[in-house]
Amino acid sequence: MKKTKTIGCEEALKHLLAYLDQELGSAKRRELEQHIEICRSCFSRAEFEKLLKTQLREAGREMVGASLEKRIKTLLGRF
Amino acid sequence: MMPLQLNQEETVTQADDRSSFEEKVIGLLDQLFGAAMRLVKNREDAEDLVAETVTKAWTSRRSLKDPENFRPWIFRILTNTFISDCRKRAVRPQTETFTENPSDAETAFSLFEELHQPFLLWWSNPEKEFLNKLLREDLEKAVDALPQLFRIVVVLSDLEGFSYHEMAGILKVPVGTVRSRLARGRGLLQKALWRHAKEAGLIKESKKSSERFYEKDKNDRL
Ligand SMILES: [Zn+2]
Repeated sequence: MKKTKTIGCEEALKHLLAYLDQELGSAKRRELEQHIEICRSCFSRAEFEKLLKTQLREAGREMVGASLEKRIKTLLGRF
Repeated sequence: MMPLQLNQEETVTQADDRSSFEEKVIGLLDQLFGAAMRLVKNREDAEDLVAETVTKAWTSRRSLKDPENFRPWIFRILTNTFISDCRKRAVRPQTETFTENPSDAETAFSLFEELHQPFLLWWSNPEKEFLNKLLREDLEKAVDALPQLFRIVVVLSDLEGFSYHEMAGILKVPVGTVRSRLARGRGLLQKALWRHAKEAGLIKESKKSSERFYEKDKNDRL
């Protein structure tokens, strides 16, 4: 079994956003996940940032009105 | 006759070309419009921006080498169109006095740190309660308040889900720049939410005062 380096809170927080963006390499990701499992404060922080990110995504969702869809289709029809 | 045949073939490929282009554009319309809304902040301009983007995309469709990259490619056209429209419309030239390198104070701002109360019992979670109280409108306002440079990366990442690598391609900047703009944008966004929440009375007491309360409580018991 591969040993995972243990990291502290400071290191964990430094990489947290990249982790939530799924931009962390697998070694770093394992270190961070292990830290989050044992550290209540970083766990709560991760949950918080994750929820905020989800809420932002939901808030950014827009439905195109019928008028824009028609406008774009007319536009495309002329190409 | 040969020339006629060629013409027919050409017409057929162009029709194919057009219908696959249309299919892709219509499939992405909600996303393009959503991003446009947060960039220009109103419906009419957002609709114009999307229409302009689609027209430009059609004209320059040959510049798309890999059809797999259609989504980042058309978002690049959207953001470029937005940026150049802003320049055209600006009465004075863009005087955003932001350096690329974020100051520690700005990136370090954390809503969580402001809200989290480590002395509370496990079932109490003020930071989650805070998020639950936030309305879509509050989040929109906070995004809209961001300076353009940072608003673009927050929109591309948090709203549209592009990877750092894709954003670097869309904005034609190094990945490191994407990271630092995103860190700064998110710090500013959290600060704006915090400010807004205080104004709207979503936060009853500051962390500082509650900490004092708990410390006092502890001392009393000693
Ligand atoms: Zn920790």
